[in-house]
Amino acid sequence: MAKKIALECRSITKTFGSVVANNNCNLEVMQGEILAILGENGSGKTTLMNMVAGIYFPDEGQILIDGEEVVISSPKDAFNYKIGMIHQHFKLVDVFTASENIVLGIDDDKRFNMKAVNKKVIEITQRYGFIIDPEKRICDMSVSEKQTVEILKVLYRGADILILDEPTAVLTPQETEKLFSILRRMRDDGKSIIIITHKMHEVLSISDRVAVLRKGEHVATVNTPETNEAELTELMMGKKIDLNIKRSEPKNSKDRLVVSNISSVNEEGRPVLDNISFTARSGEILGIAGIAGSGQRELLEAIAGLHKLTDGEIIYYTPEENKPENLRDKTPIQIRDLGVRLSFVPEDRLGMGLVGNMDIIDNMMLRSYRKGHSFFLKRREPKNLADRIIKDLEVVTPNANTPVRNLSGGNVQKVLVGREIAASPSVLMAAYPVRGLDVNSSYTIYNLLNNQKENGVAVIFVGEDLDVLLELCDRILVINSGKITGIVDGRTAVKDEIGLLMTKSTSLEEDADGKEVQ
Amino acid sequence: MATVQKKQKTPLIHIVKRPQVAWYHSIIVRAVAIVAALAFSGIVITLLIGENPLEVYSSIFDGAFGTSRRIWNLLQSMAMLLCISLAVTPAFKMRFWNIGAEGQVLIGGLATVIVMMFLGDKLPLPLLFLVMTAASILAGIVWAFIPAFFKAMWNTNETLFTLMMNYVAIQLVAYFLKVFVKDGSGALRPMSEYGFPAIGDNQFILNIIIVAALTIAVYIYLKFSKQGYEISVVGESENTAKYIGINVKKVIIRTLIISGALCGIAGLLLVGGTNHTINVETAGGRGFTAIMVSWLAKFNPLYMVLTTFLIVFLEKGASQVSTDFRVPEDISNIITGIILLFIIGCEFFLQYKVVFRKTRKEND
Amino acid sequence: MLAFLVSAIRLGMTFLLGSTGETIAEKSGHLNLGIPGVMCVGASCGCFAEYLYFSAVKTNIVPVLAVIIPIVAAFIGAAFMGLMFSFLTVTLRANQNVTGLAITTLGVGISNYMIDETSTIFTKGSKYFTASLPFADDLGWFGELFLSYGIFVYLAIAIALTTSFVLSKTKVGLHLRSVGENPATADAAGINVSRYRYVATCIGCGVAGLGGLSFIMDYLNGNWEYCIDAIGWLAIALVIFTVWKPNLAIIGSIIFGALYIASTYITGFGFAEKELFKMLPYIVTIIVLVFTSIRNKKDSQPPAALGLNYFREER
Repeated sequence: MAKKIALECRSITKTFGSVVANNNCNLEVMQGEILAILGENGSGKTTLMNMVAGIYFPDEGQILIDGEEVVISSPKDAFNYKIGMIHQHFKLVDVFTASENIVLGIDDDKRFNMKAVNKKVIEITQRYGFIIDPEKRICDMSVSEKQTVEILKVLYRGADILILDEPTAVLTPQETEKLFSILRRMRDDGKSIIIITHKMHEVLSISDRVAVLRKGEHVATVNTPETNEAELTELMMGKKIDLNIKRSEPKNSKDRLVVSNISSVNEEGRPVLDNISFTARSGEILGIAGIAGSGQRELLEAIAGLHKLTDGEIIYYTPEENKPENLRDKTPIQIRDLGVRLSFVPEDRLGMGLVGNMDIIDNMMLRSYRKGHSFFLKRREPKNLADRIIKDLEVVTPNANTPVRNLSGGNVQKVLVGREIAASPSVLMAAYPVRGLDVNSSYTIYNLLNNQKENGVAVIFVGEDLDVLLELCDRILVINSGKITGIVDGRTAVKDEIGLLMTKSTSLEEDADGKEVQ
Repeated sequence: MATVQKKQKTPLIHIVKRPQVAWYHSIIVRAVAIVAALAFSGIVITLLIGENPLEVYSSIFDGAFGTSRRIWNLLQSMAMLLCISLAVTPAFKMRFWNIGAEGQVLIGGLATVIVMMFLGDKLPLPLLFLVMTAASILAGIVWAFIPAFFKAMWNTNETLFTLMMNYVAIQLVAYFLKVFVKDGSGALRPMSEYGFPAIGDNQFILNIIIVAALTIAVYIYLKFSKQGYEISVVGESENTAKYIGINVKKVIIRTLIISGALCGIAGLLLVGGTNHTINVETAGGRGFTAIMVSWLAKFNPLYMVLTTFLIVFLEKGASQVSTDFRVPEDISNIITGIILLFIIGCEFFLQYKVVFRKTRKEND
Repeated sequence: MLAFLVSAIRLGMTFLLGSTGETIAEKSGHLNLGIPGVMCVGASCGCFAEYLYFSAVKTNIVPVLAVIIPIVAAFIGAAFMGLMFSFLTVTLRANQNVTGLAITTLGVGISNYMIDETSTIFTKGSKYFTASLPFADDLGWFGELFLSYGIFVYLAIAIALTTSFVLSKTKVGLHLRSVGENPATADAAGINVSRYRYVATCIGCGVAGLGGLSFIMDYLNGNWEYCIDAIGWLAIALVIFTVWKPNLAIIGSIIFGALYIASTYITGFGFAEKELFKMLPYIVTIIVLVFTSIRNKKDSQPPAALGLNYFREER
């Protein structure tokens, strides 16, 4: 091979407490290539790259740059070796402008001159085809603009090795395509690019080679043209797993929740929900698909009585008598007092659904502690419930008195979902319930949702993985910038169709923005 | 060659978070911190006054336990500090930084004094005590309610608000003293005839019993009541509280009313049960110390008995040192500060583990 | 009226130095409630140094040294308190509020101890601090209002303006603000968060310590008073009042100074009523707090990471 090795990791090991994040990992990246790192959530992709970027320090192993062993103990060291990482969660200061963020941390220039910085930023944007206003503040930017700033930050420092952690997770397909063409231009410019992802089609379309990680270990590196989706999946999963989620036909389906024409605005007065109408039926799983931040969270919170509406109504029909109840402008307590059995698994598990520092028993009480007129708490029932959930859902924990913060992600989610289901709901809403979970835990959750569906519960499932949505849900509602762009049948719909609905109207806005910036 | 270079550059000290600590570990760390703090303050005192440190320590013990009167004084001071610490605890558990205990206590005391002064000769004693109690509690509640209301409604910064309320209370007391002490000295004659009765011949027992009862009550309230549970949830995560339908505003206001009421009681005990008069120093900085007592005890009222003991023991000891060796009284503040800083610092060793990279390798 | 204004400005400089010091710390993300104690320590260290200097040289006092020695001592003494605060909050990751309060307890103790051990009267040294330009008296009201002050007034304003400039116009300021806004981002950008916090807090405390010294040596003409901590709390409040802008704080501090002394200048009230007037600065602070929180403007928000400690490997 004519190309030189730019970066090499040799038998890197990193542990966090008892968790082994990376075990004896090997990796190499050539100059002028795009390497994809593929792996499931929790396979150690990000941790490995964080060590290259100086965020973490490896317990064991070496990192080599251009064949020389180096020690990277801080992000600054990484910059000195011309390594730049674009994190999944943007590391930007909200109240600063793009340029201020870009120069942050650079101290080699003698004088601090914002005009010169702006000029250099514009030079870079023109070279690779970005569009950005260097004087715009981060808090006024869209997600893709923020990502652009992140990339510019790295380029401004003259990085030759760029690491992108799940860069497309927050982008529309159009934005993704734009990003990819920029990445290709950078590769042709001689830069090494590492892109962390778990999306198969992106791996195949952008990368030159693919390194696959599984459970913290490096499994294989293959040349992209010589591989295919099936082989990569097998490498990633260990053995070929059919994404075969069982799906029964809805039985005796009745309208349970009728949402009609609801709208709302955020703190800045911009609309987040725009005239949304749909019906959730009993004995059916209704999927909600959309790009992150399209209003999914607000929609569920509006139903749960946590998000104020400016318009529309939410009618609930009781399972027993089919009596309508309007849930709009009611607090969670009022909703519960009406006898509406609504369970909600929020996206932010430890920040909203559970209290991290409390033990499992006290977390079980969150929903039920008010029961009864006693001034004091009753811990016996929650204790039994906790023990039952630990046993039934195979929660790995020393005992029920362990703070949930100390549990792993999958077990935290089992505790939360277990509690919400224990309330025997008639409507169950779950936002990204399998995010960050391993395959086994994910299937446990799918099965739980399916059981609820078979018991006649109206299940609303907000997901990000279209494959899962298509295999699990009976109907899929597609939301885009707070509007519903379509409701499709989960059995007949195809991925492209949903993808298109997810992005339909934002593409127009993007163009408008683009012109404005020019 | 490369390995040598690497070893030089590898960070020597590496800090990792501990998952959970064994109970004995936490006791050992705290004990070590206290011993270290005592040793350190011994050194400081010795340096400052140039006396034999052993004599200084014996003077400290003498000051705290020397006579039965001193022991009672120690218990009384503990009761007062503990009472105020109990008062600030529910608020802190909710992450409401009530630095205004000082003012809430003072205003409770002022209410007590006013009742004693104007109703003392008009009401029979039992009824007078009842009115004094009601007035002090009400005054404490008002002083805590005002910042709580604005915090709940508009998220007004409670730290500074409560702090400013302290000074307003101080000025009110100063005003009161100027108006009602006719001789202009500003020192109000103790109205011992309207003070709480002594049990046996000891005036402090009643205070101590009341505070002991309050300690248990607050412990039970926080740990076993539904309201206490709501306080924990709001303190840990406001989002979770909203999610399960807790009315956060209501909880903030309700908790501060409890906090203020307890401060009012502290004011009552300081005036009605102890001094029988008031001045701007009646709370004596306890409102601030209480915050640290509560925090160091991890908001657990039972542990607070220990932390108050430690602090009061040192205060009494240090003031004995100041009389024995004729040095300024303020030495007790210095000692308290040092002890607090040591204990605050020791928390680090409970939450984090320091790993020395090289030693670990050798052990492997 | 003129005397009132001059007096307000002289006292205001104590507030200004205190709040500028606190602003520097807060911009780095440190909510330092130790400032009242730090100001006490600054004042007592400065006075103590002056006391030592005078007892060392007896008669041949060099005026420049009589000013510089206390200032340096105050700065170093106060900065040392900042070092303790930073060690606990940055290195040992202790809670900032609790640490700050403990620092205040310790600082007040140290300061009172030092003063009780030495002297409470520093009028001799004070002369060197209050000496104004010789021609100030010849210029009428203009001279009195603008030129009649000792070194501290000009020093305080210069420090406030410099701080303001450094924060908004230089790279160091940009880095410091990023540390206070989003330490994880600053860290990822290669900025040494711990070092910025240490240095900012120590410098901030040093500046606040000068505030304590200015109170004794300038405003009180060298007569010690045990109320510096009350002034320190108001200085912290002034930071919010002036939305973390030291240049605005110049005006704000004079207003605070005026409110603080209003009771002595308002005539026609008895002694008792004057005690009520002394509430004025506190009540105004409360009103401002309430008002700004109700308005809740985007530009008047504290640094986003204020009061939060940073640990890189937190998961």
